[in-house]
Amino acid sequence: MKILIVDDFSTMRRIIKNLLRELGFNNTIEADDGQTAMPKLRTGGVDFLITDWNMPGMSGIELLRTIRADANLKGLPVLMVTAEAKREQIVEAAQAGVNGYVIKPFTAATLEEKINKIFERLENA
Amino acid sequence: MVDFTPAKAAQLEQAKALVEAIQNGDDEQVNRLIQELGKVQESVLFQEICKLTRQLHDALTTFYLDERLARFTQNDIPDAKERLNYVITMTEQAANTTLNAVEYLLPVIQGMNNETTVLKEDWQRFRAREMSVDEFRELNQKIVQHFEDSGVRLQQIQERLTEVLMAQDFQDLTGQIIRRVITLVKDLETSMVDMIRLSNTPSQRHRDASVEHSSQGHGPAVPGLDTDTVSNQDDVDSLLSSLGF
Repeated sequence: MKILIVDDFSTMRRIIKNLLRELGFNNTIEADDGQTAMPKLRTGGVDFLITDWNMPGMSGIELLRTIRADANLKGLPVLMVTAEAKREQIVEAAQAGVNGYVIKPFTAATLEEKINKIFERLENA
Repeated sequence: MVDFTPAKAAQLEQAKALVEAIQNGDDEQVNRLIQELGKVQESVLFQEICKLTRQLHDALTTFYLDERLARFTQNDIPDAKERLNYVITMTEQAANTTLNAVEYLLPVIQGMNNETTVLKEDWQRFRAREMSVDEFRELNQKIVQHFEDSGVRLQQIQERLTEVLMAQDFQDLTGQIIRRVITLVKDLETSMVDMIRLSNTPSQRHRDASVEHSSQGHGPAVPGLDTDTVSNQDDVDSLLSSLGF
């Protein structure tokens, strides 16, 4: 299971990376915005994407839309982990096809719960 | 024949009357007419002075505001940007210090845990008399080694936890800096409102959030300031479940 973490703050990437390691996900790669994430996604092998919303360059919501519009990537599970807390934004992300939405600050338990939920749903689908 | 405005025509009438009065030697009439002619001139001059005074006053006030705005743009705003960048640097350092300590300590603790588990199993075998003398000698060595290693590791844990503790000092400093920037933004706002009032442009507040392009995001929600936001993960979950998630 290879997970791509996209966030412009390196500290947040580290926190997520360490939490994932505790959850048993050791294979992670990182990108600092949508633009640098896309080549890594197109190279292939990424099974799961965790992305922030507010980033310079390409934002998380634009990244999500780009992925859903890409024939090879449209099925990729995407978990948004963000401080963006407007109701309209959560609705926007849901409409764009996000698989989960975690609001910052978050706990390790929340992250685990949402990741597990996404996998459960994918298995049942 | 030149076209006269009513004011000019009146002046001409007065001038004619003045010439007549001088020819007739009517001194009283001459004085009165000269004063009347001068009065018109005076009132025009007075109006001009009023206009100039107002312009000067406005210019000076604007100049004062300009100076304040110039100070904001030349010094205060770049200064605030630097201060806020410093906040980012400090918080990043604190986060990195903490993360370094955690990343260092987790394997140390894991190692202690593994050793303890092995020793516990050996000890149980010894208590159940399932251990040979040679194995016991080995266990004795392992226990002595474990005590020594644990002492070193506990020392490391204590040191790293102190580092984590100290790394939190950024909160005090960043809090102060951010408070100063808030004051600056307030001053800037006041200054700009004065400017708008001076130019007699009615200030229009249109802060329609839905008009803003949300693709780049709004940043973290500040309680009491941002409206129509969720306050925690439960809110997010219930909103998403209402959307069929």
